[in-house]
Amino acid sequence: MVELIVFALMAGASLTGGVTVIRARNPVYSAMGLLATLFAIAVLYVLQLAHFVAAVQVIVYAGAVMTLFLFVIMLIGVDKEENTAETIPHQRRLALAVGLIAAGLGIALVARGRFSWVPLVVTPAGAAQTNGTVQALAEPMFTDWVLAFEATALLLTIAAAGAIALASTRKPILSRVPPGGETGPGS
Amino acid sequence: MSLVVTPGWYMTLAALLFAIGALGILIRRNALVMFMCIELMLNAVNLTFVAAGRALGSLDGQMAVFFVLVVAAAEVVVGLAIIVAIFRRRQSASVDELSEMAG
Repeated sequence: MVELIVFALMAGASLTGGVTVIRARNPVYSAMGLLATLFAIAVLYVLQLAHFVAAVQVIVYAGAVMTLFLFVIMLIGVDKEENTAETIPHQRRLALAVGLIAAGLGIALVARGRFSWVPLVVTPAGAAQTNGTVQALAEPMFTDWVLAFEATALLLTIAAAGAIALASTRKPILSRVPPGGETGPGS
Repeated sequence: MSLVVTPGWYMTLAALLFAIGALGILIRRNALVMFMCIELMLNAVNLTFVAAGRALGSLDGQMAVFFVLVVAAAEVVVGLAIIVAIFRRRQSASVDELSEMAG
């Protein structure tokens, strides 16, 4: 019963945040809506005993990624009005129809599809309980998934280097003129 | 009355969040907001990973979420750097003004 109440509250919060992301005119409000969604999803992770993932979600997403987003929004400027003219006729209505169809298909697949969840590991208590603590996740991470783990280390290094390369500005080549001023080649 | 929250409920919520994100990609023009919608869709997928992992009694779902988080962080760093670089050149973050290939 507790799980149901928390699920209902957090589902409402995440959906409200998601709608805020796409409806808000101001990008800062969009970012705040995304933040609400991320926190609500972190609570849903805790509800499913994924403790470590929930902590990482708050630290990496709600902390680092959202800070980066807000930083870039402030850098670019929030006062620019978004052009809302439709370049494709009926774009909004078509997009809404596509979104509704996608959501309906997803829900129909879950509600009417014949899924049967067969637990891979059955605990004596009957239903499988996977408690995603740090110890529990460390074991597969450094045995089965160690290659992927090392690859992500490489990926993060490359991404950081790439971001620096993209964001850096070089001084214009004009500064190669000698300090004595411009003189002809024959002098 | 005891209603149990089954994995299907989490999947349904994830489907709705994914649809919202996809809708945002389709209707918004601001590159930053479109980027946020991508994050929304990634989070919806992560929610299905955790729900399915719990239903199957395996920790592999949570491992997948961990790696998706890392890749998403790298993606955000590079993507925002690209948006800043484009903004420097064009003074605009609207994707409509980037429709031609000429620099």
